[in-house]
Amino acid sequence: MQKMSNLRIKIPLYYLILIGLLCLLGPFLLSYNYAEQNLVLGASAPSPNHLMGTDPLGRDLLARILYGGRITLLISFSATVLAVFIGVIYGMISGFQDGIVDRLMMRFVDMVYALPFILFVILFMVTFGQNLFLLFLCIGAVEWMTIARITRSQVRVLKYKAFIEVARCLGQKPFLILSKHLLPNLIGIILVYSTLMAPSIMLLESFISFLGLGVKAPMSSWGLLIKEGSETLEIFPWLFFFPAFFFSTTLLALNFLGDALRDQTEVLKK
Amino acid sequence: MAWCFRQTMNLSSIKVLLKRILEAILVLFLIISLVFFMIRSVPGGPFDTEKEAAPEVILALEAQYGLDKSLWRQYFSFVKNLIQGDLGPSFKYAGWSVNELIFQKLPVSIELGFWALLIAICFGIPLGISSAIRSGHISDYFFISMALIGICIPSFVIGPLLQIAFSIHFGWFPLIGWDHYSQKILPSFTLGLGYAAVIARLTRTVMIEEILKNYPRTARAKGLTEFRIHMIHCFKNGLTAIIAYLAPAISGLISGSFVVETIFHVPGLGRFFVNAAINRDYTMILGTTLIYSCMIIGLNLFADGIQKIINPMQQDR
Repeated sequence: MQKMSNLRIKIPLYYLILIGLLCLLGPFLLSYNYAEQNLVLGASAPSPNHLMGTDPLGRDLLARILYGGRITLLISFSATVLAVFIGVIYGMISGFQDGIVDRLMMRFVDMVYALPFILFVILFMVTFGQNLFLLFLCIGAVEWMTIARITRSQVRVLKYKAFIEVARCLGQKPFLILSKHLLPNLIGIILVYSTLMAPSIMLLESFISFLGLGVKAPMSSWGLLIKEGSETLEIFPWLFFFPAFFFSTTLLALNFLGDALRDQTEVLKK
Repeated sequence: MAWCFRQTMNLSSIKVLLKRILEAILVLFLIISLVFFMIRSVPGGPFDTEKEAAPEVILALEAQYGLDKSLWRQYFSFVKNLIQGDLGPSFKYAGWSVNELIFQKLPVSIELGFWALLIAICFGIPLGISSAIRSGHISDYFFISMALIGICIPSFVIGPLLQIAFSIHFGWFPLIGWDHYSQKILPSFTLGLGYAAVIARLTRTVMIEEILKNYPRTARAKGLTEFRIHMIHCFKNGLTAIIAYLAPAISGLISGSFVVETIFHVPGLGRFFVNAAINRDYTMILGTTLIYSCMIIGLNLFADGIQKIINPMQQDR
């Protein structure tokens, strides 16, 4: 059983590392650039020269997928980090405080949780230009609340434990109690929920790109490639299948990893 | 469903409800104000076109729609009209008011959302229950892996895949459009399948928790049939958690409908909103944002209320 659960963590993890390395190093190894056009060739089916074919402008699809993967993964990763950062700080403060501060902070989260965020992200992208940095800020600012809730409930359990009591009696400052005593105990659960949150962030990024509001051509991202592919689905199906395959399998691996990690921590707790 | 209403709402819960409705109205007002000033704070307007129009023409257009007044005066007149239920004229679609456009497009989106939700519930809940009853069995693993795959493949991948399979390859359904019922099947499934997977997973988790409790054993000892134990007793207790999920799921359906309406060229509000945002059609953006916000906040309130009725013991947040 232990071996089985190890496999459940290892297989998706190795797959993610593989995809990450491919996207990171692949563009250096390929002889084609993501923006290099070959109008004479046009759209061509997969061949030994172009392993995944080319798009109507003659751009190598593999190069575009790997390059787009960089952008999608980079934005998703940094947005996850940002969301976790905001969420953990907010949740820790809220959980550590008693009474009115905690109540107000959580009421705020409840209220904001019910807002139609996707509308804001779309309006933001349209009004302030399609900027990668902005996209990452937007997504991070939208997704922090789940983490904040989980952190808060975890802190509320931990803060009545003896070691916190002792630290408080010894005159430790609240900031140090939070950072030195509580945070190390939270890392595990934060890691698990970040892994579970990463797919939804990746989905949001691709969703924005799919609507044509994310990165601009000739740059690429997986959402944009899937959109372009779906427009010429009947004639050039490979332009849809390859990006969709990369995107879906990465999401699948992230979800499997998150599930496995969560099950593992639940087993450890018992 | 008499068990739903064993305990009717008392005075304090009505007070809580009123408080929440007032709060919701305040939040709506804040959203609208925020969006109003956000979209005005950047250069570019609804009358920017590819071909540069003469400055006199633009000035005349702006005067006609009142865009030449100061921002605050525009804001106050907008709010005044809003309170009277008038969202103003559309800038991009000359001669149409935003109200007319919304009432034309909204029913399509609501219909799409309704079918999708129906599909999600009709597939998700039975699959979840049957998985939970046979947890650990091979069919359970099969269903649950399928559900995970269903969650991971986004609607903008499922949609084109369904189009390839059922429109292009088999030719059973039309590729795009929204007039005939046969055109409605693919978009509804595209939108609904992902949620069916989420609901199946949720139902399974909740049901397994309930089945492992003590009362099903008591019920079994009393000689109730397995069907009755699972469907009447366990499912009833698990229902609250499923309903709690449905409200956020519906707001997800709304954002999902942007994508599905784009793929299948459905003339709904979602595609309209995205276009309005790109065209800087100020009144249209505000109108659609207001409708969507109302729907999402209203549904959240509704889900809270239903949960209250089903389970009066639940604490106020």
